[in-house]
Amino acid sequence: MFTVPSLSDLNLAATLPATLLALGASVLLVLDLFVPKGRKALTAWLALAVLGVSLIVALLSLGDVVDLGTGEGAFFGLYIADSFTDAVSVIVLVTAMLGVAVAYNYLERTGMQRGEYYVLLLFSALGAMLMGAAGDLVTVFVALELLSIPLYILSGFRWRDEGSEESALKYFILGAFASGFLVYGIALIYGATGTTAFGGIWAATRDLLAADAATKYVLLLGAGMVLAGLGFKVAAVPFHMWTPDVYQGAPTSVVAYMSVAAKVGGFAALVRVLAWGLPDFVLSGQSAAAWQSTVWLIAALTMILGNVVAVAQNNLKRLLAYSSIAHAGYILIAVAAMGTAGVANEAARAVVIYLMAYAFTNVGAFAVIVAVERDDGGHTDIDNVRGLAKEQPVLAASMAVFMLSLAGVPLTAGFVGKWFVFKAGLAADLVPVTVIGVLTSAISAYYYLRVIWFMYFEEGEGKAQIAWPLAWGISVAAIGTLILGFFPYLLSDMARGIALAFGG
Amino acid sequence: MLISRCLFRLEQAELNGFHNKTEILAVLSDFAPIASLFALSVLVGVMILFMSRMLGPFRPTARKLVPYESGMRPYGDAIRRIPVKFYRVAVLFILFDIEVIFFLPWAVVFRDLRLYGLAVMGFFFLVLTVGFVYEWMVGGLEWD
Repeated sequence: MFTVPSLSDLNLAATLPATLLALGASVLLVLDLFVPKGRKALTAWLALAVLGVSLIVALLSLGDVVDLGTGEGAFFGLYIADSFTDAVSVIVLVTAMLGVAVAYNYLERTGMQRGEYYVLLLFSALGAMLMGAAGDLVTVFVALELLSIPLYILSGFRWRDEGSEESALKYFILGAFASGFLVYGIALIYGATGTTAFGGIWAATRDLLAADAATKYVLLLGAGMVLAGLGFKVAAVPFHMWTPDVYQGAPTSVVAYMSVAAKVGGFAALVRVLAWGLPDFVLSGQSAAAWQSTVWLIAALTMILGNVVAVAQNNLKRLLAYSSIAHAGYILIAVAAMGTAGVANEAARAVVIYLMAYAFTNVGAFAVIVAVERDDGGHTDIDNVRGLAKEQPVLAASMAVFMLSLAGVPLTAGFVGKWFVFKAGLAADLVPVTVIGVLTSAISAYYYLRVIWFMYFEEGEGKAQIAWPLAWGISVAAIGTLILGFFPYLLSDMARGIALAFGG
Repeated sequence: MLISRCLFRLEQAELNGFHNKTEILAVLSDFAPIASLFALSVLVGVMILFMSRMLGPFRPTARKLVPYESGMRPYGDAIRRIPVKFYRVAVLFILFDIEVIFFLPWAVVFRDLRLYGLAVMGFFFLVLTVGFVYEWMVGGLEWD
């Protein structure tokens, strides 16, 4: 007999960061209508305030060691509030705050200033946060759509510009296609296990394997389709085709935010699905989870393609697009490592650490392109940063920091991220793919250092337009990148409490 | 979906120790209503097409063979520019359609759900209202 739950069963207090953000975004949507056209700074400030409050709440509970089982569930298990949720929330909220700071001047000078920009950004941040908090495949899907749909709109924010419209349409059509894959995968998993809740899937998987039932192949197919759907979001090969075109066409301030937020959301959901949902999915005669070999193969392809193709790019936005594909590959090493029993939690921590390091670095790198870009959206080639160090020494120095961090040079955040990811890969005995990771990072040094070379050692008139919110954004990103590089324990402390997998 | 669900039920049956054919058939018979509905709808559709052709008079003229377009004389093909306003109305329609679909079953069990039902539905209504107020204020409901 169905009993009516009471309101306290929803456990709203556990979902506070997400709830505050949702309420704030809804209120801001209506409030913005009363903000006159020339005063959109107010909307931007309010958006920052909403994100800030949510960030403080998330930070307060961050670092509490929450083991599996003691993590609070809310909305009857649809939402899980544990260390992983908090860590993902912090990464997303930091990214979103930097995204607002980067966007304001850019929108102002390119004539794109509209309050909806900030509201959409808040909603997509909420989607990314919920993907990290998902305790059920249905939550994953709804959160994915909440993350993606605002991003489709934001990609087309420079409307009447063909590049931006093309970018939005491409992203939308391919994104909708990928969502279809995800939903079909969820349906198959439901068909095989009779539930969409991760805990239930875990229990059903054990039963299926114990009985050696043929349904396990339905489950495997479902898991593969979910992997394809989320692989699209994180731009893993062979689902990466959209990335360069969308990044090049979309307004740069959008890309700064999107390149990180979509990746954080996608990987958070992937970690949840694979660690919580399908951990003991070991087929007979194998020592690791059934999906592991697929994931590491994708990781290897992603790293190779991203890094090799990036070498040939002359447009900075395309270069960073291929670089973001490559970084998805590095993170996938850690995701693959989650398939080995005993390494799962360490690998999940590595994913979070990498994403945090990547958030500061990548938003910063795109923010520098925002400063260099002209009002008409042009001027984003590598030639346009020639001699930037003479005109804008601080900006060029920040860009150098971001490039070194993306390349994974020690004393930057990127190095710490790579170190943890490769360590997880080795701990899981995934030696070949880890070696590919190290080798391709060596390739990546070429195109990252080339940008630095152009800024410092080539003659030219690198010009940039900087105003204060953008300067703040770049400074925070650069300082964050350096601090996390100098004090890696900040990152490992943040991820310390994460204990996702049932297997340990 | 249906097939995988069937498979799931079959596995369950095996797990529970049902091994003979009749037990498995009994499990499959859960899906008999859906399968028969599917067969029936195909049958009726095909039957209507063929019977009207065979039993009714068939005297075609050029006018009769033209695709039916609400009585208008058709012009051009379907691929042409349509004002985006229609799309906006369609989206708004979906919004309220979903609202009604949710409200109806809720209203039926309103008493049983007590305060919980009221609060949850109130929140759902609030979210929809925010979207509606936004659309109204930016002028989404004006045709010109």
